[in-house]
Amino acid sequence: MYEILATRMLAPKIFEFEVKAPNVARKAQAGQFLIIRLHERGERIPLTIADYNRDIGSITIVFQVVGKTTDELSTFKEGDKLADVVGPLGNPSELENGKKVVLIGGGVGIAPIYPIAKSLKEANNEVVSIIGSRTAELLFWEDKMKQVSDRLIVCTDDGTKGRKGFVTEALEGLINEGEKIDRVWAIGPMIMMKFVASVAKKYNVPTTVSLNTIMVDGTGMCGACRCTVDGKIKFACADGPEFDAFKVDFDELLKRAIRFKEEEKIAYERYLKGRGA
Amino acid sequence: MGNLPKITKKSVPMAEQSPEERIHNFNEVPLGYTPEEAIAEASRCLHCVNPTCIEGCPVHIRIPDFIQAIKDGDFAKSIAIIKEDSSLPAVCGRVCPQEEQCQEKCIMGKIGDPIFIGKLERFVADWEASQGIEVTPVKGKREGKVAIIGAGPAGLTAAGELAKYGYEVVVFEALHDTGGVLRYGIPEFRLPKSIIDREVEYIKRLGVKIELDMVIGRTLSIDDLWADGFDAIFIGTGAGLPKFMGIPGENLNQVYSANEFLTRVNLMKAYLFPEYDTPIKIGKRVGIVGGGNVAMDAARTAVRLGAEKVYVIYRRTEKEMPARIEEIAHAKEEGIIFHFLSNPVEILGDADGNVVGMKCIRMQLGEPDESGRRKPIPIEGSEFTIELETVVTSIGTGPNPILLKAFPGLKLNRRGYIEADPETGATSIEGVYAGGDIVTGSATVILAMGAGKKSAKAIHEYISSKKK
Ligand SMILES: Cc1cc2nc3c(=O)[nH]c(=O)nc-3n(C[C@H](O)[C@H](O)[C@H](O)COP(=O)(O)OP(=O)(O)OC[C@H]3O[C@@H](n4cnc5c(N)ncnc54)[C@H](O)[C@@H]3O)c2cc1C
Ligand code: FES
Repeated sequence: MYEILATRMLAPKIFEFEVKAPNVARKAQAGQFLIIRLHERGERIPLTIADYNRDIGSITIVFQVVGKTTDELSTFKEGDKLADVVGPLGNPSELENGKKVVLIGGGVGIAPIYPIAKSLKEANNEVVSIIGSRTAELLFWEDKMKQVSDRLIVCTDDGTKGRKGFVTEALEGLINEGEKIDRVWAIGPMIMMKFVASVAKKYNVPTTVSLNTIMVDGTGMCGACRCTVDGKIKFACADGPEFDAFKVDFDELLKRAIRFKEEEKIAYERYLKGRGA
Repeated sequence: MGNLPKITKKSVPMAEQSPEERIHNFNEVPLGYTPEEAIAEASRCLHCVNPTCIEGCPVHIRIPDFIQAIKDGDFAKSIAIIKEDSSLPAVCGRVCPQEEQCQEKCIMGKIGDPIFIGKLERFVADWEASQGIEVTPVKGKREGKVAIIGAGPAGLTAAGELAKYGYEVVVFEALHDTGGVLRYGIPEFRLPKSIIDREVEYIKRLGVKIELDMVIGRTLSIDDLWADGFDAIFIGTGAGLPKFMGIPGENLNQVYSANEFLTRVNLMKAYLFPEYDTPIKIGKRVGIVGGGNVAMDAARTAVRLGAEKVYVIYRRTEKEMPARIEEIAHAKEEGIIFHFLSNPVEILGDADGNVVGMKCIRMQLGEPDESGRRKPIPIEGSEFTIELETVVTSIGTGPNPILLKAFPGLKLNRRGYIEADPETGATSIEGVYAGGDIVTGSATVILAMGAGKKSAKAIHEYISSKKK
């Protein structure tokens, strides 16, 4: 059992938990993820490691309430325990140094982009970060991101904070400023990563995305997480989660992401009813 | 009557849940022998002077002796004899392919039904469990610590044996539960999970420590294990990496690997969704591609999940099917439709990525290939389409990748499995042993168990010589 050390609401429906998991914290590196299970009846869901503290043996997860499991998780309090936390899983980010990099985090994707930005900064890269959300109140970790970035660009779709528009427009803006960018890292909703990939491709800027697919085991044993990269089947959990964005078949992933949409709805409605909500 | 055995050609059948009943539940299908039935079946044994059944058993259980003990009504003695050579009798009695091992060699089989050795093994193992298994505390601890990677039959057996030798043993398992394929692959109706729990409980009471949620190669490295003071390591990580066919449409939404399909249902209990959180979605018609035990398990699971039509698509004929005869028979009784000599060429989907059908081509058998089986060849122009909402691919697996990638010094064979001495499990690295599917490729529980046992002995000898 894995004790929750602290909980915090970052924005409506977005939560940050610090969980005691010394085995995961000891080895965690930027770009990796973990799998949690709330309780005996729970499903296994992957979450990116948003931060870790090796001294106290804890990891930080950030999640948005989108269905039954994440809603239920949001009701967990400090001192409550998760049945399972397993990780770190996936390959760590391949970090370069001395380069100019642009890190894009969209929505809850801001959380997983943070450790990568931090590591890239530590590796002497010039880090420009773009974080975006639908509206100002959904933004979080601006300060944290500022600390690990040489320059931070904030955008919201509705213009309530920072630049009005999508993160892709901010990226295109940067490129048009004549900035020479060596690599882009993008994490966020699948559709955002798809558009970042197409913008970056237009200007031929190498881009890495982290694929948050549906998973079961996370160890390469089931293929639930499979995706097509460069025309070949890859397992996001064992071969990824980071891939060359230009080679990823996003359209297939967009469909696969809603494989269990109806079932998820049934589970969520049943849960909400049971809770009397 | 003298000493001449009376010959009874017909074996004692084991009662089963009827097909009509069992397709609506996940309970075990065969119900077990009563003591009277077991004694009657045991009494058919001829006690051959040169018993060939023992040769047929991969771990050479003293079969005629354990059968004699059943005949004598001494069930305790019977199970003790089996346990000299097998650590998992309740499991193997249920899932071993006896018809091509011990029972195939049984002399009675030449004049009538072979003795139902597996059913007798199951009987005494279950009898013992009903008595409450006694664990004699291990006497005489030995100095030495062994790490076991993977809690499948190979790892669990090695762990139990090493604990009996008196070593400190820690099992590291990637998943949140033990058993490996026994837990996530083989369905409840063939191997109730309570049996695995019982075996694991026994091993724990021998003093073995089990650490779940530990992916070796990620959570801990091999170097971490050495640094933690382990004297030897046994690798039993299995062959779970699913293969895909490489045909168009294979990543459509309701195309599952058999491992995903079975893991959702068995390990995650998706058959109890929404009471359990993990979903499974199958629609009305399910097509299973493949002809092994795994394919039969997937097909029979689909029936129990409520599919109206379940097809098995296999590219050779029934005769070449690798699945156990008993499982094929069970599948047929449960209404599963077989398309033999057929091979998928494309999975068809709609605009949303949902499966709507599968295009197959008919095959004919040509010359035998390197496996000795006649090679299936497509018949040009014979394509046909089956309407389906779900496809489960069960065309084989490869080695579990994570540990191997994190252990570059370890020598692998041509097929990518660990190269290990078949007698000891010793690998190219001193102190590291391996056994089960990660060495042989997907095989059987009894072979994995046997490999775990042999390695335990070799590890004991290795550590004893080192500590001298
Ligand atoms: C659906 C199905 C039906 C089958 N039916 C039969 C049958 O009827 N009869 C029969 O004899 N055989 C059957 N088999 C085959 C049999 O189950 C296997 O041969 C046997 O389980 C192999 O045992 P193992 O211990 O080598 O590996 P596994 O059972 O695969 O166990 C390996 C374990 O190692 C864990 N692991 C992997 N990597 C790591 C890591 N890096 N760190 C920590 N842990 C790790 C895995 O999670 C798993 O728990 C069947 C197989 C399947 C899939
Ligand atoms: S989640 Fe099962 S193989 Fe990746």
